[in-house]
Amino acid sequence: MTTIAATGADLHAHDHHDADHKPGFFARWFMSTNHKDIGTLYLIFAIFAGVVGGAISGLMRMELAEPGIQYLQSWASMMAGKDASMDEAYHMWNVLITAHGLIMVFFMVMPAIIGGFGNWFVPLMIGAPDMAFPRMNNISFWLTVVAFIMLLGSSFVPGGTGLGAGTGWTVYAPLSTSGSVGPAVDMAIFSLHLAGAASILGAINFITTIFNMRAPGMTLHKMPLFVWSVLVTAFLLLLALPVLAAAITMLLVDRNFGGAFFDASAGGDPVLYQHLFWFFGHPEVYIMILPGFGIISQIVATFSRKPVFGYLGMAYAMVAIGVVGFVVWAHHMFTTGMSVDMKMYFTAATMVIAVPTGIKIFSWIATMWGGSVSFKTPMVWAMGFIFMFTVGGVTGVVLANGGLDDNLHDTYYVVAHFHYVLSLGAVFSLFAGFYYWFGKMSGRHLNEFLGHLHFWVFFIGVNVLFFPMHFLGNSGMPRRYPDYPDAFAYWNGVASMGYAIMAVGVLIFFINVFWSLAAGRRAEENYWGEGATTLEWTLSSPPPYHQFETLPVIK
Amino acid sequence: MARSNAKVGLMAAAIAISMVGVGFAAVPLYRIFCQVTGFGGTTMRVDAAQAATVVATQKPIVIRFDANQRDGLPWEFKPERPTDTVSIGAKDMSIFIAKNLSNEPVTGTATFNVTPELAGKYFNKIQCFCFTEQTLQPGQQVRMPVLYYVDPKIMSDPETKDIEEITLSYTFYPVENPKTVDRAAEGS
Repeated sequence: MTTIAATGADLHAHDHHDADHKPGFFARWFMSTNHKDIGTLYLIFAIFAGVVGGAISGLMRMELAEPGIQYLQSWASMMAGKDASMDEAYHMWNVLITAHGLIMVFFMVMPAIIGGFGNWFVPLMIGAPDMAFPRMNNISFWLTVVAFIMLLGSSFVPGGTGLGAGTGWTVYAPLSTSGSVGPAVDMAIFSLHLAGAASILGAINFITTIFNMRAPGMTLHKMPLFVWSVLVTAFLLLLALPVLAAAITMLLVDRNFGGAFFDASAGGDPVLYQHLFWFFGHPEVYIMILPGFGIISQIVATFSRKPVFGYLGMAYAMVAIGVVGFVVWAHHMFTTGMSVDMKMYFTAATMVIAVPTGIKIFSWIATMWGGSVSFKTPMVWAMGFIFMFTVGGVTGVVLANGGLDDNLHDTYYVVAHFHYVLSLGAVFSLFAGFYYWFGKMSGRHLNEFLGHLHFWVFFIGVNVLFFPMHFLGNSGMPRRYPDYPDAFAYWNGVASMGYAIMAVGVLIFFINVFWSLAAGRRAEENYWGEGATTLEWTLSSPPPYHQFETLPVIK
Repeated sequence: MARSNAKVGLMAAAIAISMVGVGFAAVPLYRIFCQVTGFGGTTMRVDAAQAATVVATQKPIVIRFDANQRDGLPWEFKPERPTDTVSIGAKDMSIFIAKNLSNEPVTGTATFNVTPELAGKYFNKIQCFCFTEQTLQPGQQVRMPVLYYVDPKIMSDPETKDIEEITLSYTFYPVENPKTVDRAAEGS
């Protein structure tokens, strides 16, 4: 640059050009370094993966609608291209439950809530122009895509009894080592490595962004609660995922290189794998729900037109959940033969988590209390979240009891519990966030009527789907089987009908999204009004391609 | 700005990398933990001198023996007697019989544990065929001894004082590349 002298008007024009200049289609979407574009990619990816994972659970509910094996064998034959034996059909079932679990955890909830909303709104909310490491952000996204393709690909190669990895999402040894010969499980493990690496890179990015790139005046104690939630989540990712990586690397060594980490015949111990897995697995459930807590806090405050009740308590409750979440893992393993003392410890430690969680539920209700509440679509989803998550939390306290868990372990009661906190908790927070921010992200309003309709159909659907599982579990129906005695037929039939209702709800969601993208009302800057006080509402909808070139100052 | 992005990013990366290390460090730590605490039914190994100091009591306890072999090991493997009733603290010898049914020499090694698992830390073995690999010639039959006692401390532990029966279980596995040395330690 040799020309120094420029008029103010020139500079302004130049700035404007920079802020809105978008690269061509391929460069913009495939080599993206823009946090908003990457967030959009993550959301599209997560919706796609959610449809795949949801369709798989549809197959499962179809098979479980009646006692006996109806479809499994023909599906297995279809996959294999030859007549499948009954054992191959059962293996197919294992592949379905494995794929459903892994896809929903690693390729739907995490990409949507951390990669999608985190990328979109963390920089906006703290007044930063972008993420700290934009190119690393790009790597994170595409690693996730490759990991997903890897996992889907594993269903087409041999995995022991039939095609695909049939180990369950927990990949327990020895089923995953000596029990599953063939490349499918190796591919699934490699997929987890890639997804894990992507999440760790993402976590490093968020931590650096939040610590280093806050606008002047945005102290840690002024950060919006969603940013707090992503910060805590990023630390959980950083501490938990490497342990999973270590554990599944040991699986690979046992499988392919003659290792014996988990092989009892050579001095290893399969229970060690369970310890390592759940040391990751328990924080993982908070990784999935904490950003949801953050989203709900923003929404409840916005639509109550009040600042959130007990801001600091809310922030540090999340920190407390994160910390305690690392010392409760063995409550997933109560039936592996623990001493009474250990069971007592893990029972008590687990129940302690109900305290910070209770603080959060209480504070959300206290925020609404006396507020000027408007029941817009995001708010009904948020209230649905609070109600359903509390139900899941209560069954969680039941399951935390080591003595009771001996009876309920691996029954449908557990399935009901974790679907209430995830499928009705995390997923409701995702939909709430989507309805809350869709206008900001796309520049168009979603349809309120369709949004409410989606909520009610989905709400009724998932409750009809998952509530009967409590009864099934209490009567002793075990998880992970494609068949059951006739005594369980009634509630299984009801649950499958619930799935169909939920599926209609999802259809309404897609109609709403596509209709709104094409013909929705244009969204103004701050379309939720005075309750929406965070920085993203000071920008246009959608925000400029590059925002905050002049950093906002927070008083 | 207090620290550069690269510095914070590298610190975060260092945390992640050290957690991978923690994951792998869990393997030896867990093994030590099992040996020390008898976690998961890991039995204890003692030498004869230690065993000599134990005083037998009058209280009887039933020891039940269980023998299995993994698929692919062409052996017949069973305890000589299914149960023994011994006094707590008294040393007892029980015999397991293994026979090679194939036409080739086969080497096997046994893993072991006891149930209830809580009794593991009070189940002391002085001598056991499971400490070493066993090679059987075609058709050979061997009688393999286990010398053990139940530690009288089992009666003062509130979690184990009501135990009246302990099952000692062995599973023989084929060894593909037999070692000449003894297995160094009782693994977990």
